[in-house]
This record gives sequence, structure tokens and C-alpha cells, in this order.
Amino acid sequence: MIEVLGSSATVLALFAGFGVLVGVLFGFFGMGGSFLVTPALLVMGYDTDVAVASGLAFVFATSVIATLKHRDLGQVDYKLGVLMIAGTTAGIEVGKVGLHWLQGMGVADTVVSVLYVGLLGGIGAFITYTATRGGDAGFGPSEDAEAGETDLPDAAEKIQSYDVPPMIQLRGGVSVSLWMILLVAFATGLLSGFLGVGGGFIRMPALFYLVGVPVPVAVGTDLFEIVFSGGIGSFLYAMDGAVDLSVVVPLLAGSAGGARLGAAATSLVDEDEIQVYFGAMLLLGSVAVAIRNVGNAVEMPILRTVSLAVILGAAALVAGAVVVSSVRALRTESEPVTSAAD
Amino acid sequence: MFGLENATGVVGAVGVIGVVLVEAMLLYVGYGALERAVGPAIVDALRGDR
Repeated sequence: MIEVLGSSATVLALFAGFGVLVGVLFGFFGMGGSFLVTPALLVMGYDTDVAVASGLAFVFATSVIATLKHRDLGQVDYKLGVLMIAGTTAGIEVGKVGLHWLQGMGVADTVVSVLYVGLLGGIGAFITYTATRGGDAGFGPSEDAEAGETDLPDAAEKIQSYDVPPMIQLRGGVSVSLWMILLVAFATGLLSGFLGVGGGFIRMPALFYLVGVPVPVAVGTDLFEIVFSGGIGSFLYAMDGAVDLSVVVPLLAGSAGGARLGAAATSLVDEDEIQVYFGAMLLLGSVAVAIRNVGNAVEMPILRTVSLAVILGAAALVAGAVVVSSVRALRTESEPVTSAAD
Repeated sequence: MFGLENATGVVGAVGVIGVVLVEAMLLYVGYGALERAVGPAIVDALRGDR
């Protein structure tokens, strides 16, 4: 077996390929990093703290690359970002303590997996519901959103109506109570530290659905914030020696390229077309973790393999849909336009 | 990997995160150059222009 940097070439290729898939999703949606990586590492048999820490380090590095690409588009609200960082930092600390406490009790793996099932399944169902309903409540960047004419979700409208000072003025003419912003930040930070997720798949929709900022600002600010939350989280775990570079390095090599593909696709593909697939991927992710839990409970190791196959299949399905839709859009652009008057 | 297998503490964490950050920057620059070099040709090919 060929060994490269202490790992087999097959394993490194697997990680790099998986990184490409995750990178496409990250570049396209501005989220979707560790919620796939950490469960995959758990399924592959890595210890919980290593899976969480390596997932965080991977998300940190990928968010650096994605944020650099968004920087020039003016889609970052730095005031909101700093507030999110403050709340998230406190949340990560509490989440990390909670994970170590659960590890001491020997139930961390189960609790993390169960929470993943609930979060992935719940958010996936919600996104799929809003996408198939065909309304304007989807979280994806739409033409209206890019023009700053986002339809305000009902929940955001309600939250913005809470006039609890100090009120913070945000990009897009949004005014939100400082305390609501900090609450969202703390909650997502708690999950970030506890589950090893960058928090993007929770925070970005939360910024849109709850805080009510326009989608492009939510994406850019979320990525900016993930740089810090992912960096802090991975640094804290790295102090305990939990970050496995033989996992992170090949994953990042793949995701950096995939992120470019995904980001380029955002200017080509109608996101409404993709939302159903993305929601389905989250649902499949929850199914995969559930299968793994059942496999552990009934001591059937084969279910770990089935679970990993479901996770990889879900990522491949959505990443493939993004690429195919992009190529189709490119070819449609190049076709001669027939006038309606003809 | 990179002699950081057993790195712990603040110094170890700086080393590990530093490696990750440096790799991210190198990949950003490298893939950017690759995109500029071959991207237009690939897009043209996908459009059927060549």
C-alpha cells in the first residue's frame, strides 16, 4: 500500500474527493462544511473529539477561501459580523465544555449523533417544504434578494418588531435588537463547539429567517463569521492535540477547488432548482446518522458502511446537480434567442 | 504529519492552525491562477463555442 504523509494514498484520495463535493456545496450555498465531514469521520471510526476538531479546522480553512471570494462583492456586514463573533465565542466555549463533559460520561458520540439527526432532518424538512411550496421564503440568493428587495420572512418581521434597545442598524435597512442578534450568535456558537459544525447551515438561514438581513449579506457575513468561529474552535481543540492534519490537509485540497466551482455556479444556476436537492441532502444526512446509531445499538458494523454511503451519495447528488445545472445554464446562454414577435 | 502529530498547547495549536491557514492561502492563489489560465477555455468548450 502506498503511504503518503502517513496515510494511504487511497484514504487521501477519498478525503480529497469528498472535499471537492463539500467544497462545491460550500461555495454554492455558503454553508455545508462540517455537517457532512464530522458525521463521515465518525462513521469512519475516528474518535468524537478528533472528528469534531478536524471538522472545525476544515471549515475554518474553507471559509477563509470562500470569504476572500465574497470580499470584493460588498456582501459582508462587519458590525453584524463582530456581534456574531462575540456571541459565538461564548457559545463555543460552553459547547466545548459540554462535549468534554459528555465524553467523560461516555455518551458524547450518541448525543452528538442524535442532535445531528434532529438538526439535519429538521432543517432539511423545512428547506424542502419551502422550496417545493414555491414561495419566496427560500433562503437561496434570488434575483430579488440580490437587488435588495428581499421579502421579509414572517419570523424576521416579528423579531424585528421587538423594540428592545439598543437597536442595531444593519445593511439592507434592517434594524434589529442587539439582544436578538446575540441570542442567535450564542445558540449557533453553542452548536459549533458542541457538534463541530461551522454553523453555516444553521446560522445563514437564521440570519435570513430570524434577523431578516438580505440573503447576500447573510451569506457574506456568515462566511466572515465562520472564519473566526471556526478558527477559535479549531484552535481550542488543537491545544488538546485533537486536530488530525492527515484528515484536514487532503480534504482542504479538494474543497478549495470545489468551492471555486460552487461559487462560479451561483451566477449561473437558478437556486430554486437546487433547494429541493439541498433539503433532500440534509434529510439524507440525518438518515445516515440515524442508520449509524441503529448499527451501533444492534451491533451491526455493516450499517456504518451503509451510513457512509448515504452521506457520500447525498453530497454527490447535490454537487452533481449544481454542476449539471451550471453546464445546462451555460449552453442555454449560448443558444440563439428567438424573439417573441417571431 | 509535518511533525505535528503530538502537538499540544498554545505553541502546538499555533503550528497546526498555521499549517492549515498557509495551505488555504496557497490553494486560493494556486486554484485562482489555474482558473484564470484554463477557465475561459473550459467555459467556451461547455458552451460549444469551440
